[in-house]
Amino acid sequence: MQLNPNSIDLNAILSSPNFSYLLGADDLGRSILARLLRGVEVSFVVAIIVTGITMLVGVCVGLLAGFYGGKIDRALMQITDVFLAFPGILLAIAFSAVLGPGLVNLMIALSITGWVSYARLTRGQALGLRNRQHVLAAESLGASVPRMIFRHILPLLTSILVVEATYSLASVMIAEASLSFLGLGIQAPNASWGAMLRDGVRYMLIAPHYVLIVGLSLMSLILAINLGGDYLRDKLDVRTEK
Amino acid sequence: MFLLKKLSNFAIVIFGVLILTFLLIHLVPGDPVEVMLGESASTADRAQLRTDLGLDQPLIQQFGSYLAKLSHGDLGNSIHTKTPIIETIKARYPATVKLALLALLIGICIGVPMGIYAALKANHWQDIVVTLVSVRLSAMPAFWLGPMLMLIFAVWLGWLPVSGMDSKASIILPALTLGFGLSAILTRMTRTSLLEVLNDDYIRTARAKGLTERAVILRHALRAALLPIITIVGLQMGSLLAGTVITETIFSWDGIGRLLVESIEKRDYPVTQACVLIVALSYVLVNLITDLLYRFADPRVKLA
Repeated sequence: MQLNPNSIDLNAILSSPNFSYLLGADDLGRSILARLLRGVEVSFVVAIIVTGITMLVGVCVGLLAGFYGGKIDRALMQITDVFLAFPGILLAIAFSAVLGPGLVNLMIALSITGWVSYARLTRGQALGLRNRQHVLAAESLGASVPRMIFRHILPLLTSILVVEATYSLASVMIAEASLSFLGLGIQAPNASWGAMLRDGVRYMLIAPHYVLIVGLSLMSLILAINLGGDYLRDKLDVRTEK
Repeated sequence: MFLLKKLSNFAIVIFGVLILTFLLIHLVPGDPVEVMLGESASTADRAQLRTDLGLDQPLIQQFGSYLAKLSHGDLGNSIHTKTPIIETIKARYPATVKLALLALLIGICIGVPMGIYAALKANHWQDIVVTLVSVRLSAMPAFWLGPMLMLIFAVWLGWLPVSGMDSKASIILPALTLGFGLSAILTRMTRTSLLEVLNDDYIRTARAKGLTERAVILRHALRAALLPIITIVGLQMGSLLAGTVITETIFSWDGIGRLLVESIEKRDYPVTQACVLIVALSYVLVNLITDLLYRFADPRVKLA
Protein backbone atom coordinates (compact mmCIF):
# COMPACT_ATOMS: atom_id res chain seq x y z
CA MET A 1 0.00 0.00 0.00
CA GLN A 2 1.37 3.40 -1.01
CA LEU A 3 1.38 5.99 1.76
CA ASN A 4 3.91 8.49 0.47
CA PRO A 5 1.89 11.56 -0.66
CA ASN A 6 4.48 12.58 -3.25
CA SER A 7 5.46 9.27 -4.79
CA ILE A 8 4.53 9.16 -8.46
CA ASP A 9 3.41 5.91 -10.09
CA LEU A 10 2.78 6.32 -13.80
CA ASN A 11 0.97 2.99 -14.01
CA ALA A 12 -1.61 4.10 -11.49
CA ILE A 13 -2.62 7.42 -13.06
CA LEU A 14 -6.25 8.18 -12.16
CA SER A 15 -6.85 4.58 -11.15
CA SER A 16 -9.98 3.87 -9.14
CA PRO A 17 -9.80 2.61 -5.57
CA ASN A 18 -7.94 -0.73 -5.26
CA PHE A 19 -5.73 -2.57 -2.80
CA SER A 20 -2.55 -0.56 -3.21
CA TYR A 21 -4.45 2.72 -3.57
CA LEU A 22 -7.37 2.51 -1.15
CA LEU A 23 -8.98 5.70 -2.43
CA GLY A 24 -7.53 5.59 -5.92
CA ALA A 25 -4.76 7.67 -7.44
CA ASP A 26 -4.62 11.20 -8.83
CA ASP A 27 -3.51 12.54 -12.22
CA LEU A 28 0.17 11.84 -11.44
CA GLY A 29 -0.49 8.43 -9.95
CA ARG A 30 -0.12 9.61 -6.36
CA SER A 31 -2.19 8.04 -3.61
CA ILE A 32 -5.30 10.14 -2.94
CA LEU A 33 -5.56 8.78 0.59
CA ALA A 34 -2.00 9.77 1.43
CA ARG A 35 -2.49 13.22 -0.09
CA LEU A 36 -5.73 13.75 1.80
CA LEU A 37 -3.96 12.91 5.05
CA ARG A 38 -1.02 15.19 4.34
CA GLY A 39 -3.34 17.94 3.09
CA VAL A 40 -5.52 17.93 6.19
CA GLU A 41 -2.43 18.05 8.37
CA VAL A 42 -1.19 21.23 6.66
CA SER A 43 -4.69 22.63 6.69
CA PHE A 44 -5.04 22.11 10.44
CA VAL A 45 -1.69 23.74 11.15
CA VAL A 46 -2.67 26.73 9.00
CA ALA A 47 -6.07 26.96 10.67
CA ILE A 48 -4.63 26.79 14.19
CA ILE A 49 -1.93 29.40 13.53
CA VAL A 50 -4.31 31.78 11.75
CA THR A 51 -6.99 31.35 14.42
CA GLY A 52 -4.39 32.04 17.11
CA ILE A 53 -3.13 35.21 15.47
CA THR A 54 -6.54 36.59 14.55
CA MET A 55 -7.92 35.83 18.01
CA LEU A 56 -5.03 37.60 19.74
CA VAL A 57 -5.28 40.71 17.56
CA GLY A 58 -9.07 40.76 17.46
CA VAL A 59 -9.51 40.29 21.21
CA CYS A 60 -6.99 43.05 21.97
CA VAL A 61 -8.70 45.47 19.60
CA GLY A 62 -12.13 44.49 20.89
CA LEU A 63 -11.13 44.90 24.54
CA LEU A 64 -9.62 48.31 23.86
CA ALA A 65 -12.71 49.48 22.01
CA GLY A 66 -15.18 48.01 24.48
CA PHE A 67 -13.31 49.10 27.61
CA TYR A 68 -12.58 52.68 26.69
CA GLY A 69 -15.57 53.37 24.47
CA GLY A 70 -15.93 56.87 23.05
CA LYS A 71 -13.53 58.04 20.39
CA ILE A 72 -11.22 55.01 20.54
CA ASP A 73 -14.22 52.74 20.10
CA ARG A 74 -15.57 54.76 17.17
CA ALA A 75 -12.21 54.88 15.40
CA LEU A 76 -11.54 51.16 15.81
CA MET A 77 -15.04 50.20 14.74
CA GLN A 78 -14.74 52.43 11.69
CA ILE A 79 -11.68 50.43 10.69
CA THR A 80 -13.52 47.14 11.12
CA ASP A 81 -16.35 48.59 9.02
CA VAL A 82 -13.93 49.11 6.15
CA PHE A 83 -12.74 45.51 6.40
CA LEU A 84 -16.32 44.27 6.52
CA ALA A 85 -17.07 46.21 3.34
CA PHE A 86 -15.27 43.47 1.42
CA PRO A 87 -17.68 40.56 1.19
CA GLY A 88 -16.58 37.11 2.29
CA ILE A 89 -13.26 35.93 1.05
CA LEU A 90 -12.68 38.79 -1.43
CA LEU A 91 -10.12 40.66 0.66
CA ALA A 92 -8.16 37.50 1.40
CA ILE A 93 -8.12 36.79 -2.34
CA ALA A 94 -6.87 40.32 -3.02
CA PHE A 95 -4.13 40.10 -0.41
CA SER A 96 -2.87 36.70 -1.43
CA ALA A 97 -2.97 37.83 -5.07
CA VAL A 98 -0.55 40.68 -4.47
CA LEU A 99 1.56 38.89 -1.87
CA GLY A 100 2.01 35.95 -4.21
CA PRO A 101 1.20 32.29 -3.61
CA GLY A 102 2.72 30.24 -0.81
CA LEU A 103 2.01 28.99 2.67
CA VAL A 104 3.28 31.98 4.65
CA ASN A 105 1.61 34.55 2.41
CA LEU A 106 -1.60 32.55 2.65
CA MET A 107 -1.49 32.77 6.43
CA ILE A 108 -0.72 36.49 6.30
CA ALA A 109 -3.66 37.11 3.97
CA LEU A 110 -6.05 35.11 6.16
CA SER A 111 -4.79 36.81 9.33
CA ILE A 112 -5.14 40.34 7.94
CA THR A 113 -8.77 39.66 7.13
CA GLY A 114 -9.74 37.34 9.99
CA TRP A 115 -9.31 39.46 13.13
CA VAL A 116 -12.36 41.62 12.45
CA SER A 117 -14.99 39.16 13.66
CA TYR A 118 -13.17 38.61 16.96
CA ALA A 119 -12.83 42.37 17.43
CA ARG A 120 -16.56 42.84 16.89
CA LEU A 121 -17.54 39.99 19.17
CA THR A 122 -15.18 40.98 22.00
CA ARG A 123 -16.08 44.64 21.75
CA GLY A 124 -19.78 43.92 22.11
CA GLN A 125 -19.22 41.71 25.13
CA ALA A 126 -16.69 44.01 26.77
CA LEU A 127 -19.02 46.96 26.34
CA GLY A 128 -21.64 45.18 28.42
CA LEU A 129 -19.19 43.87 31.02
CA ARG A 130 -17.50 47.24 31.51
CA ASN A 131 -20.32 48.52 33.70
CA ARG A 132 -21.02 45.33 35.61
CA GLN A 133 -20.96 45.67 39.39
CA HIS A 134 -17.83 43.65 39.95
CA VAL A 135 -15.84 45.68 37.41
CA LEU A 136 -17.03 48.96 38.88
CA ALA A 137 -16.20 47.64 42.36
CA ALA A 138 -12.69 46.73 41.23
CA GLU A 139 -12.31 50.15 39.70
CA SER A 140 -13.36 51.95 42.86
CA LEU A 141 -10.91 49.80 44.82
CA GLY A 142 -8.20 51.25 42.62
CA ALA A 143 -7.53 48.32 40.29
CA SER A 144 -5.36 49.15 37.30
CA VAL A 145 -6.73 48.98 33.78
CA PRO A 146 -4.81 45.81 32.82
CA ARG A 147 -6.02 44.16 36.02
CA MET A 148 -9.62 45.05 35.31
CA ILE A 149 -9.34 43.80 31.75
CA PHE A 150 -7.44 40.59 32.41
CA ARG A 151 -8.83 39.65 35.83
CA HIS A 152 -12.39 40.85 35.63
CA ILE A 153 -13.46 41.03 31.99
CA LEU A 154 -11.46 38.54 29.94
CA PRO A 155 -12.26 35.45 32.08
CA LEU A 156 -15.95 36.01 31.42
CA LEU A 157 -15.27 35.96 27.69
CA THR A 158 -13.40 32.65 27.64
CA SER A 159 -16.26 30.33 26.80
CA ILE A 160 -17.69 32.51 24.04
CA LEU A 161 -14.21 32.86 22.53
CA VAL A 162 -13.57 29.12 22.68
CA VAL A 163 -16.79 28.46 20.78
CA GLU A 164 -15.99 31.19 18.26
CA ALA A 165 -12.51 29.73 17.78
CA THR A 166 -13.95 26.31 16.93
CA TYR A 167 -16.20 27.74 14.25
CA SER A 168 -13.38 29.86 12.93
CA LEU A 169 -11.17 26.77 12.60
CA ALA A 170 -13.74 25.50 10.11
CA SER A 171 -14.01 28.81 8.31
CA VAL A 172 -10.24 29.25 8.06
CA MET A 173 -9.98 25.74 6.63
CA ILE A 174 -12.66 26.58 4.08
CA ALA A 175 -10.91 29.84 3.24
CA GLU A 176 -7.57 28.09 2.87
CA ALA A 177 -9.15 25.48 0.61
CA SER A 178 -10.90 28.19 -1.42
CA LEU A 179 -7.66 30.06 -2.00
CA SER A 180 -5.84 26.84 -2.86
CA PHE A 181 -8.71 25.98 -5.18
CA LEU A 182 -8.07 29.26 -6.99
CA GLY A 183 -4.36 28.44 -7.12
CA LEU A 184 -3.45 31.12 -4.57
CA GLY A 185 -2.69 29.00 -1.56
CA ILE A 186 -0.54 25.96 -1.01
CA GLN A 187 1.52 25.21 -4.10
CA ALA A 188 2.31 21.95 -5.90
CA PRO A 189 3.66 19.43 -5.20
CA ASN A 190 2.41 19.95 -1.64
CA ALA A 191 -0.98 18.41 -1.02
CA SER A 192 -3.97 20.62 -0.32
CA TRP A 193 -7.65 19.74 -0.39
CA GLY A 194 -8.55 22.85 -2.35
CA ALA A 195 -6.01 22.14 -5.07
CA MET A 196 -7.04 18.46 -5.13
CA LEU A 197 -10.65 19.47 -5.64
CA ARG A 198 -9.64 21.68 -8.55
CA ASP A 199 -7.68 18.83 -10.14
CA GLY A 200 -10.64 16.57 -9.48
CA VAL A 201 -12.92 18.92 -11.41
CA ARG A 202 -10.43 18.91 -14.27
CA TYR A 203 -10.49 15.10 -14.53
CA MET A 204 -14.16 14.74 -13.65
CA LEU A 205 -15.12 13.18 -16.95
CA ILE A 206 -12.57 10.35 -16.88
CA ALA A 207 -12.08 9.83 -13.14
CA PRO A 208 -15.17 10.94 -11.20
CA HIS A 209 -14.00 9.09 -8.08
CA TYR A 210 -11.26 11.69 -7.57
CA VAL A 211 -13.53 14.71 -7.14
CA LEU A 212 -16.13 12.64 -5.32
CA ILE A 213 -13.72 11.34 -2.68
CA VAL A 214 -12.15 14.72 -2.05
CA GLY A 215 -15.57 16.37 -1.97
CA LEU A 216 -17.05 13.88 0.49
CA SER A 217 -13.98 14.11 2.72
CA LEU A 218 -14.22 17.89 2.77
CA MET A 219 -17.90 17.73 3.61
CA SER A 220 -17.34 15.31 6.50
CA LEU A 221 -14.51 17.41 7.88
CA ILE A 222 -16.48 20.66 7.90
CA LEU A 223 -19.48 18.85 9.33
CA ALA A 224 -17.35 17.33 12.09
CA ILE A 225 -15.81 20.63 13.13
CA ASN A 226 -19.14 22.43 13.14
CA LEU A 227 -20.77 19.65 15.16
CA GLY A 228 -17.87 20.00 17.58
CA GLY A 229 -18.58 23.71 17.77
CA ASP A 230 -22.27 23.05 18.45
CA TYR A 231 -21.39 20.60 21.18
CA LEU A 232 -19.06 23.08 22.86
CA ARG A 233 -21.66 25.81 22.57
CA ASP A 234 -24.28 23.71 24.31
CA LYS A 235 -21.81 22.43 26.87
CA LEU A 236 -20.49 25.88 27.75
CA ASP A 237 -23.97 27.35 27.47
CA VAL A 238 -22.97 30.20 25.20
CA ARG A 239 -25.76 32.17 23.60
CA THR A 240 -24.71 33.94 20.45
CA GLU A 241 -26.84 35.86 18.04
CA LYS A 242 -25.42 35.54 14.58
CA MET B 1 -30.64 63.06 10.91
CA PHE B 2 -30.66 59.29 10.59
CA LEU B 3 -30.16 59.59 6.86
CA LEU B 4 -27.29 62.03 7.29
CA LYS B 5 -25.53 59.80 9.79
CA LYS B 6 -26.03 56.75 7.60
CA LEU B 7 -24.70 58.52 4.52
CA SER B 8 -21.67 60.00 6.27
CA ASN B 9 -20.83 56.58 7.63
CA PHE B 10 -21.26 55.21 4.12
CA ALA B 11 -18.87 57.86 2.77
CA ILE B 12 -16.21 57.02 5.35
CA VAL B 13 -16.44 53.32 4.55
CA ILE B 14 -16.17 54.03 0.82
CA PHE B 15 -13.11 56.17 1.47
CA GLY B 16 -11.55 53.38 3.53
CA VAL B 17 -12.28 50.88 0.76
CA LEU B 18 -10.60 53.19 -1.75
CA ILE B 19 -7.49 53.53 0.42
CA LEU B 20 -7.26 49.78 0.96
CA THR B 21 -7.65 48.89 -2.71
CA PHE B 22 -5.24 51.65 -3.68
CA LEU B 23 -2.63 50.30 -1.28
CA LEU B 24 -3.00 46.75 -2.65
CA ILE B 25 -0.49 47.31 -5.43
CA HIS B 26 2.04 48.63 -2.93
CA LEU B 27 1.87 45.40 -0.96
CA VAL B 28 3.51 43.50 -3.80
CA PRO B 29 6.79 42.25 -2.37
CA GLY B 30 9.73 43.76 -4.23
CA ASP B 31 9.15 45.81 -7.34
CA PRO B 32 5.57 45.54 -8.64
CA VAL B 33 6.68 46.52 -12.14
CA GLU B 34 9.14 43.65 -12.26
CA VAL B 35 6.55 41.21 -10.95
CA MET B 36 4.02 42.30 -13.55
CA LEU B 37 6.30 42.40 -16.60
CA GLY B 38 8.60 39.54 -15.71
CA GLU B 39 12.37 39.56 -15.74
CA SER B 40 12.75 39.59 -19.52
CA ALA B 41 11.16 43.02 -19.99
CA SER B 42 13.32 45.79 -21.36
CA THR B 43 14.34 48.75 -19.23
CA ALA B 44 12.34 51.09 -21.43
CA ASP B 45 9.16 49.05 -20.96
CA ARG B 46 9.62 49.03 -17.23
CA ALA B 47 10.18 52.77 -17.06
CA GLN B 48 7.12 53.27 -19.25
CA LEU B 49 4.87 51.14 -17.02
CA ARG B 50 6.24 52.82 -13.92
CA THR B 51 5.29 56.22 -15.30
CA ASP B 52 1.92 54.95 -16.52
CA LEU B 53 1.03 53.63 -13.09
CA GLY B 54 2.49 56.74 -11.46
CA LEU B 55 4.68 54.58 -9.23
CA ASP B 56 7.51 57.12 -9.44
CA GLN B 57 5.51 59.75 -7.58
CA PRO B 58 5.04 60.21 -3.84
CA LEU B 59 2.32 58.01 -2.33
CA ILE B 60 -0.06 60.85 -1.46
CA GLN B 61 0.16 62.24 -4.99
CA GLN B 62 -0.50 58.78 -6.41
CA PHE B 63 -3.59 58.44 -4.27
CA GLY B 64 -4.75 61.88 -5.38
CA SER B 65 -4.46 61.06 -9.05
CA TYR B 66 -6.06 57.64 -8.42
CA LEU B 67 -9.11 59.38 -6.96
CA ALA B 68 -9.13 62.01 -9.72
CA LYS B 69 -9.10 59.31 -12.40
CA LEU B 70 -11.80 57.31 -10.59
CA SER B 71 -14.10 60.30 -10.51
CA HIS B 72 -14.02 60.22 -14.32
CA GLY B 73 -14.76 56.52 -14.34
CA ASP B 74 -11.18 55.78 -15.35
CA LEU B 75 -9.86 52.59 -13.75
CA GLY B 76 -6.61 52.62 -15.71
CA ASN B 77 -5.50 50.28 -18.47
CA SER B 78 -4.94 46.56 -18.42
CA ILE B 79 -1.27 45.66 -18.67
CA HIS B 80 -2.05 42.71 -20.89
CA THR B 81 -4.60 43.95 -23.38
CA LYS B 82 -3.69 47.67 -23.00
CA THR B 83 -7.40 48.47 -23.18
CA PRO B 84 -9.27 50.56 -20.59
CA ILE B 85 -10.29 48.32 -17.68
CA ILE B 86 -13.66 50.00 -17.35
CA GLU B 87 -14.67 48.61 -20.77
CA THR B 88 -13.81 45.04 -19.74
CA ILE B 89 -15.72 45.45 -16.51
CA LYS B 90 -18.74 46.86 -18.31
CA ALA B 91 -18.68 43.80 -20.57
CA ARG B 92 -18.32 41.30 -17.71
CA TYR B 93 -20.45 42.83 -14.98
CA PRO B 94 -23.89 42.00 -16.44
CA ALA B 95 -23.07 38.28 -16.51
CA THR B 96 -22.30 38.35 -12.80
CA VAL B 97 -25.43 40.32 -11.96
CA LYS B 98 -27.54 37.93 -14.02
CA LEU B 99 -26.05 34.97 -12.18
CA ALA B 100 -26.49 36.58 -8.77
CA LEU B 101 -30.11 37.54 -9.45
CA LEU B 102 -31.04 34.07 -10.64
CA ALA B 103 -29.32 32.59 -7.59
CA LEU B 104 -31.29 34.97 -5.41
CA LEU B 105 -34.52 33.88 -7.08
CA ILE B 106 -33.65 30.21 -6.58
CA GLY B 107 -32.72 30.89 -2.97
CA ILE B 108 -36.05 32.60 -2.29
CA CYS B 109 -38.12 29.99 -4.14
CA ILE B 110 -36.59 27.16 -2.13
CA GLY B 111 -35.86 28.90 1.15
CA VAL B 112 -39.11 30.71 1.91
CA PRO B 113 -41.51 27.77 1.35
CA MET B 114 -39.18 25.46 3.27
CA GLY B 115 -39.03 27.96 6.10
CA ILE B 116 -42.83 28.24 6.22
CA TYR B 117 -43.14 24.47 6.21
CA ALA B 118 -40.63 24.12 9.04
CA ALA B 119 -42.39 26.80 11.09
CA LEU B 120 -45.79 25.15 10.65
CA LYS B 121 -44.38 21.80 11.70
CA ALA B 122 -42.32 23.38 14.47
CA ASN B 123 -40.64 20.77 16.67
CA HIS B 124 -42.04 17.86 14.67
CA TRP B 125 -39.62 15.60 12.85
CA GLN B 126 -40.20 17.46 9.57
CA ASP B 127 -38.97 20.67 11.16
CA ILE B 128 -35.93 18.97 12.63
CA VAL B 129 -34.97 17.46 9.29
CA VAL B 130 -35.42 20.74 7.39
CA THR B 131 -33.47 22.72 9.98
CA LEU B 132 -30.70 20.16 10.15
CA VAL B 133 -30.30 20.06 6.38
CA SER B 134 -30.36 23.85 6.05
CA VAL B 135 -27.86 24.43 8.84
CA ARG B 136 -25.46 21.92 7.34
CA LEU B 137 -25.98 23.06 3.77
CA SER B 138 -25.16 26.67 4.57
CA ALA B 139 -21.80 25.56 5.97
CA MET B 140 -20.79 23.97 2.69
CA PRO B 141 -18.61 26.12 0.46
CA ALA B 142 -19.38 26.78 -3.21
CA PHE B 143 -16.27 24.97 -4.38
CA TRP B 144 -17.67 21.81 -2.81
CA LEU B 145 -21.27 22.13 -3.96
CA GLY B 146 -20.36 23.26 -7.47
CA PRO B 147 -18.29 20.21 -8.44
CA MET B 148 -20.84 17.88 -6.80
CA LEU B 149 -23.74 19.36 -8.79
CA MET B 150 -21.60 19.27 -11.91
CA LEU B 151 -20.81 15.61 -11.33
CA ILE B 152 -24.44 14.64 -10.79
CA PHE B 153 -26.34 16.75 -13.32
CA ALA B 154 -23.77 17.26 -16.07
CA VAL B 155 -21.55 14.18 -16.01
CA TRP B 156 -23.78 11.38 -14.73
CA LEU B 157 -27.25 12.47 -15.77
CA GLY B 158 -26.11 14.59 -18.72
CA TRP B 159 -29.06 16.97 -18.35
CA LEU B 160 -27.08 20.19 -18.28
CA PRO B 161 -23.89 21.55 -19.84
CA VAL B 162 -20.76 21.06 -17.73
CA SER B 163 -19.50 24.62 -17.97
CA GLY B 164 -19.10 27.63 -20.22
CA MET B 165 -21.71 30.10 -21.43
CA ASP B 166 -22.63 28.63 -24.79
CA SER B 167 -26.17 27.51 -24.15
CA LYS B 168 -28.99 29.11 -22.20
CA ALA B 169 -28.99 26.20 -19.77
CA SER B 170 -25.39 26.92 -18.77
CA ILE B 171 -26.51 29.35 -16.11
CA ILE B 172 -28.53 26.75 -14.20
CA LEU B 173 -25.74 24.89 -12.39
CA PRO B 174 -23.76 27.94 -11.23
CA ALA B 175 -26.99 29.62 -10.14
CA LEU B 176 -28.04 26.50 -8.22
CA THR B 177 -24.61 26.37 -6.55
CA LEU B 178 -24.99 29.92 -5.31
CA GLY B 179 -28.72 29.62 -4.65
CA PHE B 180 -28.59 26.51 -2.44
CA GLY B 181 -26.39 28.15 0.14
CA LEU B 182 -28.66 31.17 0.18
CA SER B 183 -31.81 29.04 0.44
CA ALA B 184 -30.41 27.36 3.54
CA ILE B 185 -29.96 30.71 5.27
CA LEU B 186 -33.39 31.89 4.12
CA THR B 187 -35.06 28.72 5.40
CA ARG B 188 -33.75 29.32 8.89
CA MET B 189 -34.59 33.02 8.78
CA THR B 190 -38.13 32.46 7.53
CA ARG B 191 -38.75 29.80 10.14
CA THR B 192 -37.53 31.97 13.01
CA SER B 193 -39.35 35.14 12.04
CA LEU B 194 -42.57 33.30 11.25
CA LEU B 195 -42.51 31.49 14.58
CA GLU B 196 -42.06 34.82 16.30
CA VAL B 197 -45.24 36.34 14.86
CA LEU B 198 -47.37 33.19 15.01
CA ASN B 199 -48.02 33.72 18.70
CA ASP B 200 -49.07 37.35 18.32
CA ASP B 201 -52.55 38.53 19.20
CA TYR B 202 -53.56 39.50 15.71
CA ILE B 203 -52.90 35.99 14.46
CA ARG B 204 -55.25 34.64 17.13
CA THR B 205 -57.79 37.26 16.08
CA ALA B 206 -57.45 36.21 12.46
CA ARG B 207 -57.98 32.59 13.42
CA ALA B 208 -60.85 33.46 15.74
CA LYS B 209 -62.77 35.28 13.04
CA GLY B 210 -62.73 32.07 11.05
CA LEU B 211 -60.14 32.69 8.35
CA THR B 212 -58.69 29.63 6.72
CA GLU B 213 -55.26 28.58 7.89
CA ARG B 214 -53.87 29.42 4.48
CA ALA B 215 -55.14 33.02 4.69
CA VAL B 216 -53.83 33.40 8.23
CA ILE B 217 -50.34 32.29 7.25
CA LEU B 218 -49.99 33.90 3.86
CA ARG B 219 -51.85 37.15 4.38
CA HIS B 220 -51.28 37.92 8.04
CA ALA B 221 -48.27 36.11 9.43
CA LEU B 222 -45.97 36.06 6.41
CA ARG B 223 -46.47 39.75 5.76
CA ALA B 224 -45.20 40.64 9.20
CA ALA B 225 -42.38 38.14 8.98
CA LEU B 226 -41.23 39.49 5.65
CA LEU B 227 -39.11 42.38 6.88
CA PRO B 228 -36.27 40.42 8.46
CA ILE B 229 -36.35 38.15 5.42
CA ILE B 230 -35.88 41.14 3.10
CA THR B 231 -32.94 42.31 5.17
CA ILE B 232 -31.28 38.95 4.94
CA VAL B 233 -31.87 38.85 1.19
CA GLY B 234 -30.20 42.25 0.85
CA LEU B 235 -27.25 41.33 3.00
CA GLN B 236 -26.81 38.03 1.19
CA MET B 237 -26.87 39.71 -2.21
CA GLY B 238 -23.42 41.07 -1.40
CA SER B 239 -22.08 37.70 -0.33
CA LEU B 240 -23.50 36.30 -3.55
CA LEU B 241 -21.35 38.77 -5.47
CA ALA B 242 -18.28 37.50 -3.63
CA GLY B 243 -19.37 33.88 -3.99
CA THR B 244 -19.41 34.35 -7.72
CA VAL B 245 -15.59 34.54 -7.73
CA ILE B 246 -15.30 30.83 -6.99
CA THR B 247 -18.50 29.70 -8.68
CA GLU B 248 -17.65 31.51 -11.91
CA THR B 249 -14.21 29.94 -11.88
CA ILE B 250 -15.66 26.45 -11.44
CA PHE B 251 -18.17 26.83 -14.25
CA SER B 252 -16.09 29.05 -16.58
CA TRP B 253 -18.75 31.73 -16.36
CA ASP B 254 -17.35 34.95 -17.82
CA GLY B 255 -18.31 37.39 -15.12
CA ILE B 256 -16.38 39.74 -12.94
CA GLY B 257 -15.31 37.03 -10.50
CA ARG B 258 -13.57 35.04 -13.19
CA LEU B 259 -12.02 38.24 -14.51
CA LEU B 260 -10.52 38.74 -11.05
CA VAL B 261 -9.04 35.25 -10.96
CA GLU B 262 -7.73 35.55 -14.53
CA SER B 263 -6.10 38.88 -13.75
CA ILE B 264 -4.37 37.35 -10.74
CA GLU B 265 -3.04 34.52 -12.86
CA LYS B 266 -1.70 37.01 -15.43
CA ARG B 267 -0.38 39.33 -12.70
CA ASP B 268 -2.41 42.11 -14.23
CA TYR B 269 -2.68 43.97 -10.94
CA PRO B 270 -4.54 47.07 -12.16
CA VAL B 271 -7.38 44.74 -13.28
CA THR B 272 -7.25 42.87 -9.95
CA GLN B 273 -7.46 46.16 -8.12
CA ALA B 274 -10.40 47.31 -10.23
CA CYS B 275 -12.35 44.06 -9.76
CA VAL B 276 -11.89 44.10 -6.00
CA LEU B 277 -13.00 47.72 -5.89
CA ILE B 278 -16.10 47.13 -8.02
CA VAL B 279 -17.26 44.09 -6.04
CA ALA B 280 -16.69 45.83 -2.70
CA LEU B 281 -18.51 48.98 -3.87
CA SER B 282 -21.46 46.91 -5.11
CA TYR B 283 -21.60 45.14 -1.76
CA VAL B 284 -21.54 48.34 0.28
CA LEU B 285 -24.13 49.96 -1.96
CA VAL B 286 -26.53 47.01 -1.79
CA ASN B 287 -26.18 46.98 1.99
CA LEU B 288 -26.93 50.69 2.22
CA ILE B 289 -30.01 50.35 0.04
CA THR B 290 -31.26 47.38 2.08
CA ASP B 291 -30.76 49.29 5.28
CA LEU B 292 -32.64 52.32 4.00
CA LEU B 293 -35.45 50.21 2.54
CA TYR B 294 -35.84 48.44 5.85
CA ARG B 295 -36.12 51.69 7.77
CA PHE B 296 -38.69 53.11 5.40
CA ALA B 297 -40.67 49.90 5.03
CA ASP B 298 -41.18 49.30 8.74
CA PRO B 299 -43.26 52.03 10.34
CA ARG B 300 -42.13 50.85 13.77
CA VAL B 301 -38.50 51.70 13.13
CA LYS B 302 -38.01 55.35 13.95
CA LEU B 303 -35.82 57.31 11.58
CA ALA B 304 -34.36 59.35 14.42
